[in-house]
Amino acid sequence: MSLMSLTATELGRKIQAKEVSVKEAVEAALSAIAAKEETIGSFVTIDEKYAKKRAGEVQKQIRDGTLKSPIAGVPVAIKDNLCTKGIRTTCSSRMLEHFIPSYTAEAVVNLERAGAVLIGKTNMDEFAMGSTTETSYFGVTRNPWNTDYAPGGSSGGSCAAVAAEECSYALGTDTGGSIRQPSAFCGVTGIKPTYGTVSRYGLIAYGSSLDQIGPIAKDVSDCAAVLEVISSWDRKDATSIKRQDLNFTAALLDDVRGMRIGMPKDYFGEGLDDEVKKAVLAAAKILEEKGAVVEEFDLGLVEYAVPAYYVIACAEASSNLARFDGIKYGYRTKEFDGLHQMYQKSRSEGFGQEVKRRILLGSFVLSSGYYDAYYLKALSVKSLIKREFDKAFAKYDVILGPAAPSAAPKIGSSLSNPIRMYLGDVYTVAANLAGLPGIALPCGKNSRNLPIGLQMTGDCFQEKNIIRAAYAYEQARKERRI
Amino acid sequence: MSGSYKDETLKRVSENGSGAKSAMADVISDETIAYVGILAKIDLSPKEKEQAQKDMGEMLDYIDKLNELDTSGVLPASHIFSVGNVFREDIVTNGDGSKEALANAPAKKGGGFAAPKTIG
Repeated sequence: MSLMSLTATELGRKIQAKEVSVKEAVEAALSAIAAKEETIGSFVTIDEKYAKKRAGEVQKQIRDGTLKSPIAGVPVAIKDNLCTKGIRTTCSSRMLEHFIPSYTAEAVVNLERAGAVLIGKTNMDEFAMGSTTETSYFGVTRNPWNTDYAPGGSSGGSCAAVAAEECSYALGTDTGGSIRQPSAFCGVTGIKPTYGTVSRYGLIAYGSSLDQIGPIAKDVSDCAAVLEVISSWDRKDATSIKRQDLNFTAALLDDVRGMRIGMPKDYFGEGLDDEVKKAVLAAAKILEEKGAVVEEFDLGLVEYAVPAYYVIACAEASSNLARFDGIKYGYRTKEFDGLHQMYQKSRSEGFGQEVKRRILLGSFVLSSGYYDAYYLKALSVKSLIKREFDKAFAKYDVILGPAAPSAAPKIGSSLSNPIRMYLGDVYTVAANLAGLPGIALPCGKNSRNLPIGLQMTGDCFQEKNIIRAAYAYEQARKERRI
Repeated sequence: MSGSYKDETLKRVSENGSGAKSAMADVISDETIAYVGILAKIDLSPKEKEQAQKDMGEMLDYIDKLNELDTSGVLPASHIFSVGNVFREDIVTNGDGSKEALANAPAKKGGGFAAPKTIG
């Protein structure tokens, strides 16, 4: 059995107990990568040399007792939109194919301070724009459960790497569901924290008001442990929030008695795959049996979240991606006539189709004459959506539903119809608009043996509620072998 | 999603795709696409222009759904939490990072970024 079959915290405990060395853990990850990468393609960059060097350093600190974190010495994969000093960071784009950051993202700094060993950078949809990891300049990532299927996206590489046991856990980012949806498709567990919980310093921005970094792992305990490590108040991110209680592992309680769980009726209507519906309702039943109060309710404005999201996300993207101009870093076209043509050609050649589609839409909704009608309208709808959630969380601790309308799609079936693809985000984008924490975790498989994911959403700063409910469900799932 | 909302949307999209012109597709003229291309600093081939026109028209038709909601008197939410401006003392914590800043430059000259001539 590979050490990569253990959860991150199980491996961490063995390392602390000196049953396993950090070198052995890193070698297990690297040999899994060597065996599986050709079929799965989770990584853009694998840095064996760096991982081995880090393994030595971390082992020394564990030996002398300075590193006691539950994830010290445990191999981690990082999504390729998080800057890593000295290790190329591409955002899976031609634009940043050769970009080597001069600093490390704060979330990764926090991980490394706790003794994490970075083994590589994972594939993603280009600039995190996509739901399948098919828009990557470096090729598709395949779903480890069935390689004809997509892993989801945009953190598809991170989720596939965890599912294929090429690493112990990973970091992803979530702008509209990019941690939760691929976690569901790959049968792993992922958390999108409350906006502002994890510093975005060093995260290459897509939609700044929506982006959050979060953990992707084998189970809820790992996610809680990693979230504790990466969360921090950071002066370098002006939207970072000073939170009092970051003790997320304290919520790992197999007890949901009295918890109030609401299921939005609109999440279970037409458009939801029958097998997904059945699996999610079965999970709700289990939570009810364990003592939670589960009921259906009307969450308003469900169908307005996706259009509002795409206006806001594309607007922010068009502004954020303006920095890629071929001057300071990134791709520059070879032949050009003057400055403006250099800008235009560099951007046209450096960005892929989906990125250009979103920049164009974003530029339009921000343009004079359309700004009020589209951008401000979407921000107003965002206010209304937030109010709906405020009402819901006055009654419930957790909102439960599917993570996606179906299981993973086949590779090659999604990109031709963008709106159909965007509609797949219907259950996840609202949490980003309202800044809410959410967790996705497995709740069974469909008839094609592909994982089905459950989503729990909590009120702002109430990660502990979703962690507790998810942990309790996970215990029952293990007992019943679902 | 409520009821058959998704199906309706997809039906609308596929109708547009099959030739029936939508409201926004009319607004997205060649000139608009050219103008947006200038704003976005993206140079589109004739084929890409045609595709962008179609995609944007369909997307805006879909986004028009937001107009079903009355948002008069609703403040646009730029941020979820009611945090004010974040100020800090302007204390220098980093040193001269010019070497690092220039490390990824596609072209550099005399300790700066080399760019094409901007003023004739």
